[in-house]
Amino acid sequence: MIARARKPGQFVIVSISNEYGERIPLTIAGADTEAGTIRLIWQRVGKTTAELADLKEGDKIASIVGPLGRPTHIEKFGLVVCVGGGIGNAPLLPIVRALKDTGNKIISIIGARNKELLVLEEEFKATSDELIVTTDDGSYGRKGLVTEPLKEVCGRQRPPEQAFVIGPAIMMKFCCEVTKEFGVPTQVSLNTIMVDGTGMCGGCRIEYDGQAKFVCVDGPEFDGHKVNFDLMMKRLEAYKDQERKAHEQYQEHRCKIGLDE
Amino acid sequence: MTDKEREELLKELLGKQERGELKAAERYEIPPQEMPEQDAVERRGNVKEVATGYTEAQARLEAMRCLQCKTAPCVKGCPVQIRIGDFVAAIAEGDHKKALEIIKENSLLPAVCGRVCPQEVQCQEYCTVGKKFKDVQKAVSIGRLERFAADLAQKQEGVPYVAPSTGKKVAIIGSGPGGIVAAGDVRRAGHDVTIFEAFHKPGGVMVYGIPEFRLPKSIVQQEIDILVKMGVKIECNFLVGKTRTIEQLMSEDGFEAVYIGVGAGLPRFMNIEGESLVGVYSANEYLTRANLMKAYDFGKGADTPIALSKKVAVIGGGNVAMDSARMAVRLGAEKVYLIYRRSEKEMPARIEEVHHAKEEGIEFHILQSPKRIIGDKDFKVTAIECLKYELGEPDDSGRRRPIAIESSEFEIEVDTVIMAIGNVANPLMKQTTPGLEFNKWGNIVVDESCKTSMEGVYAGGDIVLGAATVILAMGQGRIAAASINEYLRQKKSSKSGGQK
Repeated sequence: MIARARKPGQFVIVSISNEYGERIPLTIAGADTEAGTIRLIWQRVGKTTAELADLKEGDKIASIVGPLGRPTHIEKFGLVVCVGGGIGNAPLLPIVRALKDTGNKIISIIGARNKELLVLEEEFKATSDELIVTTDDGSYGRKGLVTEPLKEVCGRQRPPEQAFVIGPAIMMKFCCEVTKEFGVPTQVSLNTIMVDGTGMCGGCRIEYDGQAKFVCVDGPEFDGHKVNFDLMMKRLEAYKDQERKAHEQYQEHRCKIGLDE
Repeated sequence: MTDKEREELLKELLGKQERGELKAAERYEIPPQEMPEQDAVERRGNVKEVATGYTEAQARLEAMRCLQCKTAPCVKGCPVQIRIGDFVAAIAEGDHKKALEIIKENSLLPAVCGRVCPQEVQCQEYCTVGKKFKDVQKAVSIGRLERFAADLAQKQEGVPYVAPSTGKKVAIIGSGPGGIVAAGDVRRAGHDVTIFEAFHKPGGVMVYGIPEFRLPKSIVQQEIDILVKMGVKIECNFLVGKTRTIEQLMSEDGFEAVYIGVGAGLPRFMNIEGESLVGVYSANEYLTRANLMKAYDFGKGADTPIALSKKVAVIGGGNVAMDSARMAVRLGAEKVYLIYRRSEKEMPARIEEVHHAKEEGIEFHILQSPKRIIGDKDFKVTAIECLKYELGEPDDSGRRRPIAIESSEFEIEVDTVIMAIGNVANPLMKQTTPGLEFNKWGNIVVDESCKTSMEGVYAGGDIVLGAATVILAMGQGRIAAASINEYLRQKKSSKSGGQK
């Protein structure tokens, strides 16, 4: 049902256990309506993402609800630059596809810390008119951050009419500074801490144009030039110490299980 | 009073009653029975239920205090018109099963309502005994008796009779108190009922909002289990409006009637400076993390963290504010301040909850309200700046309006702020259900039968009333269920499956 209902830009909330699991938002990377499946891509960063990654084919997760949030606004802008950073490439892909289907010309810039962490390159190549790949360590593509090629693209004779940027908060912040300088309207997709994902808790709120907005119901996409990224990054770190502890406990526990076998 | 003294007094009174010698004056002299409670210091460190429940002797003595007034003023105060005098008399007689049967004629969730209903402004407010003593706290403790009857019978509970299948499908959106009651009543009429719940666990506000120490989750689960035994299907992780719309449920999935009981949904903030700082919570978020997600067990199994607060300010004066403050104490806060802009008399919270909160060491700051929240360079809360208030003329709510005293600013050092100032309607239904009529506050418009502007669609609870109580939501669930049953009875021509 989620596969049928979802549109680009929307997300789901998943949980590993109904008794004790935490609820984490993941943006949908794609769907197969006939098979009734959706595609999620995540990176091990904490306990729940690690547990999800440790599941085997055929395993079940306790709960998944969605599609949540408002879909991306897709129209024929003309030339569009799409910038993905790390795991942000996953939610960006369905948007790129929808933009392409609407007749936009697409320049994609995708980056990752290193070659290993780069995902969906083939898919981006297939849907983009131009693709620029960067890695922080230079292990693949251009060495450096995505902001560099973004600056070049924005400075070209024909600058893009619209930018879409999805990735870590810090990367979105700096990309928005670039596009603002060049006057290119920019959509970002935010992945804040959430509990219910339906507007009930307000934990995901951000400061947008000086006002509080809920990412789960007002977003997840916003005009990146109006988002207070500094505050958002601090809110993302609200439970940093506890999360680290939980992750360590889990790793330790997993190692012990490994020893028993 | 010792247990032995109670037993003896009860025996003596029962003897007199049997001989027809028990006079009203003697009933007045029976001491009101205090609710046994967990020690205030001890309970600061656990989430177990605070009120532990009457013993049999206590319950029967309390029931003997009832004068059995012919006019039954208490019933007038009950939103669902339970035959109070009759069930209380049954408890006095020792026939607790009969007592519960009488309650269940009108209320499907007595174990819940006996605990969380604001009886002091409902049935007990009108009680003749309380009036006689000019003290509502001395009224017959109807709520505690209701709980007693419900708890005692809980274990031997049978499954209510379900009429033969009609093959008609009904969708109930939301599994809170209204949804549970509506589902039960519609299922009893033989319809095929599915409850859709957005969270991963059913129970609504009774599981995410009201804390374990006030309403044990096992009690809510028992009610859910009964529904399942009756054949009600529960689909968790299903957000109507997003996963499927009401339109799709009715035109494609074969549901012939729908009850919307989705609750209020969006937390209200004050729109003051600093509200998005790290450490500022809505009560909804704080309580959901603590209750539903069991953050009190973080590191001991539970994966959902919550702030490790030392000094907490809770803003508001309702039951949710009390719940948040008391939860903060249990999560290890050393200082918890409850900040309310009117005086204690105007507080909407139940007297019992205010009393419990004070016992647990919560400091009340009345006639004060935040002006802004102050943070450090890491955007973490360090203090809250408040203004002092005084009361002026009564406002629309009949309560005296709080007026800020100029230049009365002062700061309180805190690391966490919890906003418990109410909810507004979630716009989700409005955005996804074009045919539905809403008022200017975003609440669904219904008639006295809980019917909305869409055919076959009914609604009740907070999404209709704004902010209400468990019992009012239940009352509407019951009205809506009766309307749905009647609607389906009249809709003879329809076929099962919903094909047109």
